[in-house]
Amino acid sequence: MGKQAAILKADGLHKAYRMGTARVKVLKGVDLTVREGDFAAVIGASGSGKSTLLHILGGLDRPDEGTVSFDGRDLSRMRARELNRYRNEMVGFVFQFYHLLDELNVLENVLLPAMVSRSIAGWFMSRRVARRRAAEVLEQMGLSDRARHKPYQLSGGERQRVAIGRALMNEPRLLLADEPTGNLDSTTGNGILAVLERLNQAGQTIVMVTHDERIAARAERTITLADGKIRE
Amino acid sequence: MYKLKLITRYLLKRRITHFAVLAVALCVFIVVVVMTVMSGLVWGFKQNNHEFVGDCIVGTKSLVGFPYYEEFAQVLERTDFVTAVSPVVKNYALLRPDAIDVTAGVEILGIDPVRHSRATNFAQTLYYRADNPAAAFRPLYDPNALGCVFGIDLALPKSAMGQYAYNIRPTRRAYALTCFPLNARGAPSRSASMVATQRFFYSDHSHTGIARVDGSTVYIPLEQAQTLCMDGELKRVTSLHVKFRAGAALRPSCARVRELWNDFRQDKQDANDAYLLDTVTVESWKEHRRASIAPMEQEEVILSVMFSFVGMTTVFIVFVVFYMIVSHKTRDIGILKSVGASNASVMALFSGFALVVGLLGSGSGTLAGLWFLARINQVEGWLFEHFGWQLWDRSVYAIGAIPNRIEPGLLAVIIGCAITACQIGALVPGYLAARLRPVETLHGSRT
Repeated sequence: MGKQAAILKADGLHKAYRMGTARVKVLKGVDLTVREGDFAAVIGASGSGKSTLLHILGGLDRPDEGTVSFDGRDLSRMRARELNRYRNEMVGFVFQFYHLLDELNVLENVLLPAMVSRSIAGWFMSRRVARRRAAEVLEQMGLSDRARHKPYQLSGGERQRVAIGRALMNEPRLLLADEPTGNLDSTTGNGILAVLERLNQAGQTIVMVTHDERIAARAERTITLADGKIRE
Repeated sequence: MYKLKLITRYLLKRRITHFAVLAVALCVFIVVVVMTVMSGLVWGFKQNNHEFVGDCIVGTKSLVGFPYYEEFAQVLERTDFVTAVSPVVKNYALLRPDAIDVTAGVEILGIDPVRHSRATNFAQTLYYRADNPAAAFRPLYDPNALGCVFGIDLALPKSAMGQYAYNIRPTRRAYALTCFPLNARGAPSRSASMVATQRFFYSDHSHTGIARVDGSTVYIPLEQAQTLCMDGELKRVTSLHVKFRAGAALRPSCARVRELWNDFRQDKQDANDAYLLDTVTVESWKEHRRASIAPMEQEEVILSVMFSFVGMTTVFIVFVVFYMIVSHKTRDIGILKSVGASNASVMALFSGFALVVGLLGSGSGTLAGLWFLARINQVEGWLFEHFGWQLWDRSVYAIGAIPNRIEPGLLAVIIGCAITACQIGALVPGYLAARLRPVETLHGSRT
């Protein structure tokens, strides 16, 4: 798989937060290009704006200034409906604290993005395909025997694998992982990184955020975020 | 699709949701029971009043009455919208049982029992002569005696639960009725005693369901009433009770009677005692019984207003419950948005949730209400038997049993209001949920 085409491009991203009366600038002109098949790690100290950057790239937040374009389309020009579709089909999020829905079992959590994008009628027409895809993802994550379990019945590593499975459900072109091993012990964390490496080898584009240099070193490309700017 | 799944799970797993359903069910239960009973009371009371007087009343408030009533009755009977007309003499008298030195004031109604049964439900209110109203004034124990029909509360003792002690046959009882006959000028009769007294035998009793009527009315033959209460050459009555053909609209029919009466009065302007026709008015049964019905209707309105407060309480309870659910579910909302759920979809999730809470709450509240209403009289009977507690004093409300007839329309309105209340209660929390920024809920929250 070639790594030529840029699928995600950020230009001059600025973002500030209001903390009390003070205005804290976290991003001060971030430029970033992610190419198809990249496994990029964004490294930075706590509070450096890594997660903010990831949220902006994933369309969960908007920059104060600058643009993010996916496949040449500016996210800021997208309508709400298109942005929802972008989050549903183009990107998959993996969070540090897994963020699974407690009421749903493993299979249903993985199926969630497919369910969100379909109406009741649409779901009943395509549910077999979706279930087949979910079973495939669970097998890929080594969780086939856990499909009917609830999140609270799983270990941290298993939960994170479910979260990765959910992110992969709709076969997104970009996987955004926010400190995916941050809540796990090193052995389990290594297992999760191995999963990400395997996915990348299969052609999945990944942008991972971490504060740990050893974890960042597992990625093909390391991008440092310091003082609100990128150093590659 | 995820909405349906999450609604089901929230409903089954969240205890707070059960409380929301319970709160809605309780409100619906209370409203269904109280409104059914109250509207049943009002409906029954109106129905009794309607059946007691017929559809339309051509009458005067003056006890002197008006003449030429038979001629006008014929005019009415010739029309296509009137099926029966009954002339009535209403007056007041003193009632004194034979051999007992007690005199009571009563209202007397002089009627032709057959004609009156056609115009009103008089025959159905009788106990012994319900099948043969023509014999209403002929006592079973002596058909040749001059009979009278008493309001049931004048004739029979009643238990605290409102049950009458009926006899298989009427007991032989004689009463003297004393009236003050008035001449056409409204002055007392110039006859020697100034009063007229007639002896009657108790022949039957009438149960109209109207406490004031059943407790103070004595029915006697029309001719006897005219003799006792009126003096003069021309026979007079105080009212004509008119029954319209089935399906005839009340107001237009009354308007037609009014037109006919005006024409009739015009024709009679030069006749003897024609001035007595000037006091006659034409009223529908609703107008005629306004004084009795209005307070009940007023009570019903007040009750509806009070129950709108119950409705507001439901809205507030649902609001609080949903606000708490939304507060606890901000992370879920963030997750849903991160996988592409729209604001409208999140709002629809909570609206749908509220709809299910409303449906379940109102459904279970309605079922509980129907179950309770089916047993309300048994429950009240048990309470009275064991604790001497009675919901309605039967002597005041004149009801045999607590009304529990379910009005499907009323039920639909209550259920609709409950579901709407849930939707309104969930509106603000749902909107707040939809407006949540996912980054605020996801960043740093743990599972």
